[in-house]
Amino acid sequence: MDLSQSHLLGDSIVTTKIDAVINWGREASLWPFVFGTACCAIEFMATAASRYDISRFGAEVLRFSPRHADLLVVAGTISYKQAPILKQIYDQMPEPKWVIAVGACASTGGFYDNYTTLQGIDEIVPVDVYIAGCPPRPEAILDAIIQIQQQLKREPTMELRNQDFKGRFEDV
Amino acid sequence: MSNVDRLIEAFPSCRVSKILRDRDMVEVEASNIVDVVKYIRDELDYSILLDITAIDNLHLSHPAKSRFELRYIFRESSFRDTLTIKVELKELQIDTVSKIYSVADWLEREVYDQYGIDFKNHPMLKRILNHNEFVGHPMRKDYEITKGQMCFKTQDMLDEMTPLLKERGLDAERDNLMLLNLGPSHPASHGTIRTLVALDGENIKAAASEIGYLHRGFEKSCENHPYNQIIPYTDRLNYCSALMNNIAFAKTVEDMMDITLPDRGIFIRVILTELSRVIDHLVCLAAGLLDMGGQTNYWYLFNPRNDAYDFLSKLTGARLTNSYMRIGGMTHDLYNGWERDLEDVLQKIDKGISDTLKMIEHNRIFQDRLQGVSPVSAQEALDYGFTGPNLRASGVAYDLRFTNPYYYYENFEFDIVIGSVGDTYDRLMVRFEEMLQSMKIIRQAMKIIPDGDIRVKDHRISMPPKEKVYNSIEGMMNQFKLVYEGVKVPKGEFYGAFEAANGELGFHITSDGSGTPYKVKVRAPSFVHLASYPKIIENYQVADAILTLGSLNIIAGEMDR
Repeated sequence: MDLSQSHLLGDSIVTTKIDAVINWGREASLWPFVFGTACCAIEFMATAASRYDISRFGAEVLRFSPRHADLLVVAGTISYKQAPILKQIYDQMPEPKWVIAVGACASTGGFYDNYTTLQGIDEIVPVDVYIAGCPPRPEAILDAIIQIQQQLKREPTMELRNQDFKGRFEDV
Repeated sequence: MSNVDRLIEAFPSCRVSKILRDRDMVEVEASNIVDVVKYIRDELDYSILLDITAIDNLHLSHPAKSRFELRYIFRESSFRDTLTIKVELKELQIDTVSKIYSVADWLEREVYDQYGIDFKNHPMLKRILNHNEFVGHPMRKDYEITKGQMCFKTQDMLDEMTPLLKERGLDAERDNLMLLNLGPSHPASHGTIRTLVALDGENIKAAASEIGYLHRGFEKSCENHPYNQIIPYTDRLNYCSALMNNIAFAKTVEDMMDITLPDRGIFIRVILTELSRVIDHLVCLAAGLLDMGGQTNYWYLFNPRNDAYDFLSKLTGARLTNSYMRIGGMTHDLYNGWERDLEDVLQKIDKGISDTLKMIEHNRIFQDRLQGVSPVSAQEALDYGFTGPNLRASGVAYDLRFTNPYYYYENFEFDIVIGSVGDTYDRLMVRFEEMLQSMKIIRQAMKIIPDGDIRVKDHRISMPPKEKVYNSIEGMMNQFKLVYEGVKVPKGEFYGAFEAANGELGFHITSDGSGTPYKVKVRAPSFVHLASYPKIIENYQVADAILTLGSLNIIAGEMDR
């Protein structure tokens, strides 16, 4: 159809950018994969339960297969033994994908500065939002989801994210 | 004639020494260990092997005869007494006792992994907490605490599965078995537990579990922090009932120092212990019922838990990891109006429990699904080292609050809850009733809680009031010494046991007289319970195995430490 005649269609057509319309859809339908290992996972359970109700933000469709999910929520301590599994799950998730590091351990290793604990998951996977707290309150987890939503609105939809990220597994 | 005397009579080469609080420790020759342990089980009737651990004497101030020593801790059949056995190792090798107590299997593997001590004739001596690419033994004193080692590949576990299948006369190829990993990242694995199962259709023919995915070096961290700074670490052992771990640790250290809290402090601890037990069981049951598709029950049980957390955050400042206890007391007193808040929480929990029971108690699907699944007989449960609700479900009336009352538990009126056959149904239903009993204790304690101090009045243990710190030199020095040197604990070792939500939570602490423990070993009930898991799910279906795991209430933080 000739777009110059669009005035004939009245309000039935909205012109916008492709990025805006795709991101509008993505924003309200984040599907989280919860990589819950420790205390933070218990607080994530509280976030998903009816009091805090994660579905108010469109992120209640918890998937336990990484292939169905686009938001990786790493809730809990990641030990060196766990690291290859986290990396494998991250790789299995289709693009585009976002990562939240919930709590002190996932962000930095927390007070487990010892022989067992990975000092922050950003050593192996790229992280979009870090949450402070040990464990963070459910409100903080909801805040991180809102931040991801704000962030993804500004992102181009047709480009792969985090192409230049180099983690400790990439050298192997 | 005491058990120790009988042991000495039977084995004249044994020697007795005293550990803290006038308890006996029997020193045994390494070459005798199998005979001694057999005698302890069969003749002296010690039914549970609680723990095996090692001590590295490298940094000890006085020269020791050998670098490594082992400790075996047993509990006798009336559950009152414990017996500690010490073995000095001249060479890094000793015979396994896993054929006498099957719980020793994993306990010895842990000692091998952490200290590098070889157990001869052990069925499967391999690393358990650390990953398979790990070099060295981290709990040795000369292993640097921050020296992490990257793991690049997860093990395939076939070294465990192949002999298991062979024992059963099976072959994965020939019998068309499917090998399937349940976990470590699986919604029903309750944290990070991996179980490799060999399936014939839906039936589990053989299983092997792998743990250690949440090994966070608790015990090594303890050796690098003063006693009061360890309390936040104990929060994260069993994070579903953090306060209980705080209390268990603080109580063990207080017992080592032979101090008793003022009554108000004790009552606060009792109230919070029992509230934590309720919260722990709520999470276990909510998650367990969710696993079998009962999502409504999840809301019924989880929401009152949130109310309990509101109470705790008002009291302690944190929802989950409270760190409210200190050696010799707690940080601060209860706030004004706490009774009303707590009563409100209890009523909500009551309602949550009765709503849930209405849905499941006479529900045919619930009963058919759980009854007769993975039963553990009383004899097996003791052999596996079960404690707590899981052991009581098998019909054994074991509860430290009854057998070894502490904190005035002998004066509270409540019942010990036991099951009959120890199947998954019993394990869940025992927890329902235990919550009601715990709430009974809380209500009694709320009525008679006295006024008074909450901390011991001893400047070597409790912080001085801020007024004194700012206005007097003595107060300031007192604060300085307590912060920098910590609470000094007398030299020696001690095993303290506590009836936690999951079972007997024990701390075996070795002190060199300074403000930092020389060594801490946690006797974690979840670790012991999971060791039996691959055995009890055999010949049941995958869906049953998921429920069995839920009913054992494995908390990874406590299991892997």
